[in-house]
Amino acid sequence: MNNATYSNLLELAAGLVILCAFVTLWRRSLSAIVRALSVQGVALGLVALVLGLHRRDVVLITVGCLVIASKGAVIPTLLKRVLANDSLIRETSPLVNVPASLVGAGALTFLAYGATRPVVALVPTSAGRLIPLGLATLLIGFFSMVIRRKAASQIVGLLLVDNGIALVAFLATAGVPLLVELGASLDVLLVVVVLRVLAVQLWSKFAVLDLDQLRELHD
Amino acid sequence: MLTILLLAVPLATGLVAATQSWRRWVGWLCTASLGGVLILGVVLATRVVHDRAVSAFSGVLRADALSAFMVIVIGAIGLLATTQSVRYLDAEIVSGRGTARHATLYAVLVQGFITTMLLAVLAGNVGVMWVAVEATTIITTFLVGHRKTRGALEASWKYVIICSVGIALAFLGTVLVYLAALHAGHGLHASLQWTSLMSVSHHLDPRVMRLALGLLVLGYGTKVGLAPMHSWLPDAHSQAPAPVSALMSGVLLTVAFYALLRFKAICDGALGTAFPRALFVTVGLLSLIIAASLLLSQHDYKRMLAYHSVEHMGLIALGTAAGTPVAIAAVLLHILGHGLAKGVLFLASGEILLVEGSTEIDQVRALLARRPALGGIFAFGLVALLGLPPFSLFVSELNMLRAEVSVGLGWAAAISLICMAVIFGAVMSHGRHMLFGARAEGEPVHRTPLIVTVPLIGGLAGCAALGVLAWPLDSLLRAAAMVVVR
Repeated sequence: MNNATYSNLLELAAGLVILCAFVTLWRRSLSAIVRALSVQGVALGLVALVLGLHRRDVVLITVGCLVIASKGAVIPTLLKRVLANDSLIRETSPLVNVPASLVGAGALTFLAYGATRPVVALVPTSAGRLIPLGLATLLIGFFSMVIRRKAASQIVGLLLVDNGIALVAFLATAGVPLLVELGASLDVLLVVVVLRVLAVQLWSKFAVLDLDQLRELHD
Repeated sequence: MLTILLLAVPLATGLVAATQSWRRWVGWLCTASLGGVLILGVVLATRVVHDRAVSAFSGVLRADALSAFMVIVIGAIGLLATTQSVRYLDAEIVSGRGTARHATLYAVLVQGFITTMLLAVLAGNVGVMWVAVEATTIITTFLVGHRKTRGALEASWKYVIICSVGIALAFLGTVLVYLAALHAGHGLHASLQWTSLMSVSHHLDPRVMRLALGLLVLGYGTKVGLAPMHSWLPDAHSQAPAPVSALMSGVLLTVAFYALLRFKAICDGALGTAFPRALFVTVGLLSLIIAASLLLSQHDYKRMLAYHSVEHMGLIALGTAAGTPVAIAAVLLHILGHGLAKGVLFLASGEILLVEGSTEIDQVRALLARRPALGGIFAFGLVALLGLPPFSLFVSELNMLRAEVSVGLGWAAAISLICMAVIFGAVMSHGRHMLFGARAEGEPVHRTPLIVTVPLIGGLAGCAALGVLAWPLDSLLRAAAMVVVR
């Protein structure tokens, strides 16, 4: 693949990652949010694939395929099961309304560009220029964890944080060593499983879905 | 070889526990496994104390004096905590809250927990260390929620969400360190190997490393329980079963701090000592101030102990900020001393909860008169934790404060002394409530079983012995400090 196609594809895939982050803030229905997350996982895998093809790096290509499988398919499926009992329940009372949260996300994107300047300076490639998008995705993930009150929304926020970090890792270093990459992906998968188990237990035993209902422990 | 064996012992014990249906001997086997870890840790320490690191799996596992010291910490406090596991599980089964399956799950998870902590301190690669620390979060979540009450599930939820976010930030920090290493070594042989990062540390890009250290302190700091990322800690530590609280508070926090010690050494090379010192002083003082203000109004003794952990993590962060060999040796001694004292106190509080049925300070009265052995252990534990002689925390706190003054952090040492004085007063008044008073008319003096008193008194005696004669550990502490001081 020639250089122009390479950087176009890379920009497209990385752009899709951040776009999906915005979509999760824009949509209120949890099932739409999970769909956006699944598209984001595929886009993230494509970033790794494009980088891997460009550098003829078999390991990175394998990692890309694994990311597509786990973040594009397995994790969204796990999340859908959590939602099975309340798929119609919408995020009814976020602390910040949708237009304001989109503006906030835009501001965070600017912040990300500012904060990553030293990193971008160290990686003056077409991949390096996209690093701020990864940090922006991470910050949007944080933001949505703070403003959303459903247990499932918090899992979504955590996954956004994780995808943002993975995007930075791919773009900045073409992926950390394989052993670490595999360990990290397995950990994320397990965290989602753990959160799913906890959410199901909280729901089935105590009918808790809203984090505002978690007020048992305080000082 | 030794490093592989160390991981194999708890792993194999966990497998045995998983395949057997619950019997009490399985519980005692788990205790024996921790005894094995402690012995292997001592053997490892004698091997590496004179500057010879051992490694396995082409460097994925690597143990130097610092790792060996942390293995001893894990082994000693793990042994102490697991002596009470059988008693906890018996009580759960008798009261009908737990079943044999619960007990098996608990035994397997505790062994897994120990294995992942050992992996974290034995990893030669900072990426593998990260994976291991994250794995401790996943395993302990189920241990925190083991009692399946609403409070326990709520605590697990907060714990896993906050710590996962924190540890994700630490991963981003690790990625940035890797990025800096790629560019420092001209792209050749860059790796996340601890030794290779140390060897190129002077050539790492300072601007990227500053960002990386900030993320690492924020990220691993969440697991350490440093303010302002400490909010999960009192919930998780107060809801977990007592032996798990002892392990989490006594060891897990400091295993995460071990990661920060390693990264601080790398960053000192890249950035000079000023920036890392400022960062550690900030989080340390913030933790002390928050712990002091929240301890004043505690009404739950397990939460009181949990906030006390925040204080001690603040103290070791300040000691690390000083960063001299004496300071780091004192930090390490404090890690062991705090682990032992806090372990004893959490186990004693588990016993108090078992016999008194409440974790409210107001509900517990006249322990010294009604249950002299248990009350005495709790009292001496508090004395140890407050840093009074002869316990080792007195020595380590004194050395940390002196080191802080010697590097010009006298003002921070002064603030920390004020916070410690406030905490001293608060804990004394809570403790007086629980310990003193007269027995009710006709109430007999309750005996505490030997299985509780012997290990707990042993833990306190160990903590005191470390304070009086530091010689068995002296050379190890110095060697371990030199690993992270240049």
